[in-house]
Amino acid sequence: MRQIFEDELNELHVRFSEMGMMVNEAIYKSVRAFIDHDKNLAREVIESDKQINKREVDLEQRSFEMIALQQPVTSDLRMIVTVMKASSDLERMGDHAVSIGKSTIRVKGNRRVPAIEKDIADMAEVVKKMGEAILDAYVKEDETRALEIANIDREIDRYSDKIYKACVQETQHDPSTVVGNMDYLLVASYLERIGDYVTNICEWIVYLKTGKIVELNTNLNETL
Amino acid sequence: MQNYASEDRYIKELDPKKHEIALSTEDLHVFYGTSEAIHGVSLPFERFKITALIGASGSGKSTYLRSLNRMNDNIEGTRVDGKIMYRDIDINGKGVNVYEMRKHIGMVFQRPNPFSKSIYDNITFAPKRNGIKNKKVLDELVETTLKQAALWDQVKDQLDQSALALSGGQQQRLCIARAIAMKPDILLLDEPASALDPISTSTVEDTLLSLKDHYTIIIVTHNMQQAGRISDYTAFFHLGNVLEYDITSNVFQRPKIQATEDYVSGRFG
Repeated sequence: MRQIFEDELNELHVRFSEMGMMVNEAIYKSVRAFIDHDKNLAREVIESDKQINKREVDLEQRSFEMIALQQPVTSDLRMIVTVMKASSDLERMGDHAVSIGKSTIRVKGNRRVPAIEKDIADMAEVVKKMGEAILDAYVKEDETRALEIANIDREIDRYSDKIYKACVQETQHDPSTVVGNMDYLLVASYLERIGDYVTNICEWIVYLKTGKIVELNTNLNETL
Repeated sequence: MQNYASEDRYIKELDPKKHEIALSTEDLHVFYGTSEAIHGVSLPFERFKITALIGASGSGKSTYLRSLNRMNDNIEGTRVDGKIMYRDIDINGKGVNVYEMRKHIGMVFQRPNPFSKSIYDNITFAPKRNGIKNKKVLDELVETTLKQAALWDQVKDQLDQSALALSGGQQQRLCIARAIAMKPDILLLDEPASALDPISTSTVEDTLLSLKDHYTIIIVTHNMQQAGRISDYTAFFHLGNVLEYDITSNVFQRPKIQATEDYVSGRFG
């Protein structure tokens, strides 16, 4: 009796997962472009963000329509709310990938610091894994896994801290590297923000499964 | 229909210190001949709250509701076992004056059933038979009950006209006014809006919400959105059992029992 609704819910679910993959790819490419100084790849990331934004609007429209026409309750409602909320987190993650792309384009023949670039690459790898894991946890509606993933955010924060200190040190040591170090710092903070958005999605997975609204990893007590 | 384990159930307990219970049943069984329609239902009904009884057709919710003011007494071969506690009295007991009891526990039915009399006489019919003769008192009663039922402004100039000339929604609100004219404590409603269009439904719902300040309301409804909109508590009936009883917002957001989840989200029923 609710076959059409089931189909629509499934379509929403699939399109949300696809959006997650698009965003993960954008993050991955943006970091690679930054490390490789590949401005073409950076432009590709910026260009592809239009598709991500379009997808978010599409998911919102579908959700509004389903709420208006089907008046969903319980797990159906939670699924739709989760997609609406988590898709805007994904969209913001995509925006940060764009910012990393813009940093890449801005960089002109700066002196490079391999040690910091290695840390950024490692940090990006963790962020990427977090992004992939969260999609998997969403598909499986695995709230235990979501809580584990949220904990990985601490690792990202540690990288962020480490890169910050290294940039300060490097600048003190050789002031001519200041412009490049500023960009390193920016990219690290974009990655750190992406980790925070993944944590938000973890919270929505907990809601999806249990109906409880939780606050994971608040950064209130942390300083750099 | 999918079978659910009937031992799998959640009945929220209401702390009597925090919630005043206006009516409750204890292990209520209803039998039609040898077949058991209600298998031992224990529920509390909090004073000045609306409790919705939901469930598929044949789940027993209307049978249960009708038992609460002993409407099933009139059906041959029907037996109701268990307690119905009202003001520390078991009104399912033998010595109870049913007519007296129904002054306290009124009923409104699915289809509006005004008497073929004037609007005024519909309201005053029962009070007159209970000895109220004073015209001024009766006039006041008509005005206050029609106001409580949100009908006064529409009918105040045509009180002597036939109630049957009113629209369906107005007739139903007249029936609510008629029921509250006896100043009951508890109002039982059996799908009061299911024969009405959406606007009339909405006015009846508004009426019920405004009555909540003075009456304890128990309503059977097939309309999930209606239960969600107006009730404080929801009891889910399935095959003669209550599988879940909880605060309405929990039932519609995160029910504890799979059968409830499947019913309220339209997977069966």
